[in-house]
Amino acid sequence: MNAAQSAPGALPALAVEGLTASLRLGGTWYDAVRDVSFQIAEGETLALVGESGCGKSLTAMAIMGLLPDKIGRMSAGTVTAGERRISGLTEKQMEKIRGDAVGMIFQEPMSSLNPVLRVGFQIAESLIYHRDMSRRAASKRALELMELVRIPAAAQRFRAYPHEFSGGMRQRVMIALALACSPRVLIADEPTTALDVTVQAQVLDLLRGLQDEHGLGILLITHNLGVVASNAQRVMVMYGGDVVESAPVGAFFANPQHPYSAALMSAMPRVDRATEDLNPIPGQVPSLQEMPAGCRYQGRCPLRVAKCAERPPLVAVSEGPHHLARCWVKAPPPGEGA
Amino acid sequence: MGLYLLKRALYTLPMLLGVLTLVFVLVRIVPGDPAIVIMGDNATAQALAELRTRLGLDLPIWRQYIVFMGDVLTGDLGRSLVTNRPVLADVAAVLPYTIELTVTSLALGIVTGVPLGILAARKRDGVLDWVARLVSLAGLSFPAFISAILLLLFFSIQLGWFPVLSRAYPLDEPVERLKSLALPAINLGLIMMAYITRVTRSSMLKALSEDYMRTARAKGVPGFYVIWRHGFRNVLIPVITVIGLYFGVLMGNSVLTEIVFNRPGLGKLIISALDKRDYTMLQGLMVIYAFIIAIVNLATDLAYGFVDPRVKAK
Repeated sequence: MNAAQSAPGALPALAVEGLTASLRLGGTWYDAVRDVSFQIAEGETLALVGESGCGKSLTAMAIMGLLPDKIGRMSAGTVTAGERRISGLTEKQMEKIRGDAVGMIFQEPMSSLNPVLRVGFQIAESLIYHRDMSRRAASKRALELMELVRIPAAAQRFRAYPHEFSGGMRQRVMIALALACSPRVLIADEPTTALDVTVQAQVLDLLRGLQDEHGLGILLITHNLGVVASNAQRVMVMYGGDVVESAPVGAFFANPQHPYSAALMSAMPRVDRATEDLNPIPGQVPSLQEMPAGCRYQGRCPLRVAKCAERPPLVAVSEGPHHLARCWVKAPPPGEGA
Repeated sequence: MGLYLLKRALYTLPMLLGVLTLVFVLVRIVPGDPAIVIMGDNATAQALAELRTRLGLDLPIWRQYIVFMGDVLTGDLGRSLVTNRPVLADVAAVLPYTIELTVTSLALGIVTGVPLGILAARKRDGVLDWVARLVSLAGLSFPAFISAILLLLFFSIQLGWFPVLSRAYPLDEPVERLKSLALPAINLGLIMMAYITRVTRSSMLKALSEDYMRTARAKGVPGFYVIWRHGFRNVLIPVITVIGLYFGVLMGNSVLTEIVFNRPGLGKLIISALDKRDYTMLQGLMVIYAFIIAIVNLATDLAYGFVDPRVKAK
């Protein structure tokens, strides 16, 4: 149990247990996300990091029940939001969960809003479906939401279309529509990647403020470790669909355990280091078909040993509480030396 | 919206002037002397000269152009060389039949093609998708006159539901008029359906992969509304383009259809004018067709402004 921040006995805002998501490539199903478990307490931000193709977004889509038809499926695991189990539901039932119990925002504010519908309506829409509100009541609430996410001159811009908004303003609209029904959890899939750095900071500030006010649990998907450091309480690193490390933010940055986490960290530019000292990770994430048995990072790992041909378990490292890693060398299970 | 409307209408004017000039030039560069064509080889030189004066053909070409443009813009398309009736009167007599045919078939094509295309895209590679693809392929490959003959053979001759030969039924015989409209409209409607199904299907497939559709689903919009409110509104934009573009194809096919079904209309008028070398009638009909296409283009532009908020901003 990692829900360090939550009061004893309180239900986590989101609990994921043993989530496995599979994709079908050329007629064969591959596990693209394997056995992912985590909990997010109310008011807590859990960052999910890793490079492209490591299964971050797929995890989010599996939670939302938005895996692509026919080529994607959640093959194992349970997802619980508050006390409602939201996995294994029919599409009709999921429609009632999405946007209500769990909200989601996406990377591309440019393309994530419908270009032919008014912004105000797009915010009001989920209230109409989930809260059975009249259009008028929903619009009134949508206007309040636009003010809540600090869109200037909200009343005038209520009837505007997305193309009349800047990127940062559109992301604010996205946040407003994701939070319209006051979900307890928000999944933010690279919410600031497409934005200018200054706008990025404003949007993250806004999210933090809303989180404090409403006790929102946030699953923050990002590949920007700077964003992690300033916004999250805990980090989970994914590689090749496996969670390879899970730790409180402080412990993670002070002492990354998994070789992949360490490599990510030294690949990150820093002010106190010359750019020549950047160490990009050699190679790339293997495709699903080429994924090695055992530890999925072994092909790029400097610490590789013979044992890596077997899949290491995710176990506590000796460094501190709630710090887990999946590595035979850095986190050997009790009683097994590497 | 009002300003946008006015702007689009103004853009239509230079296009119309261009087309009118083209018609003028086309008629002038056709080989042969119209006076000889009209009066025959045996006409005296004096009679020919009189006719040329009457037709204005003795004037320098730039004066002819001014006279022609002036006449067209004041609504005078001249008189038929064959019947000596005003061209505009002949056109006005049959225009309702052509409009009735094209509008009905367009409506048929839209109400069948749009839902078929959307359902096909939703269940990609399903049975309905294959049916839709087959039907639209057939509609695109069959020449209008072949499908017209097949329809006639089956519905008029085998089943006897509709008349084989049509004629100009006035409005006070509505049942007969509708009956004679049915098969020609179905014939053209199937072709329009083919075009519209194709573009609707492919636009919907594209829309389904758009981020905003994922957003709609992520906020819990029910599947039906994701398709019809979020997807369809965007699909409308390319569909309107295609309808505007293929209206010309529709006009062309309506000529063939009118011939096969012996329906009165612009198509029959233009064929008989070609047959009899009725130059003024041909010239007048080209002008009329140009006006119709210009109006359709204008309507298409206006429809854009209606469905796509980004258009007005420009």
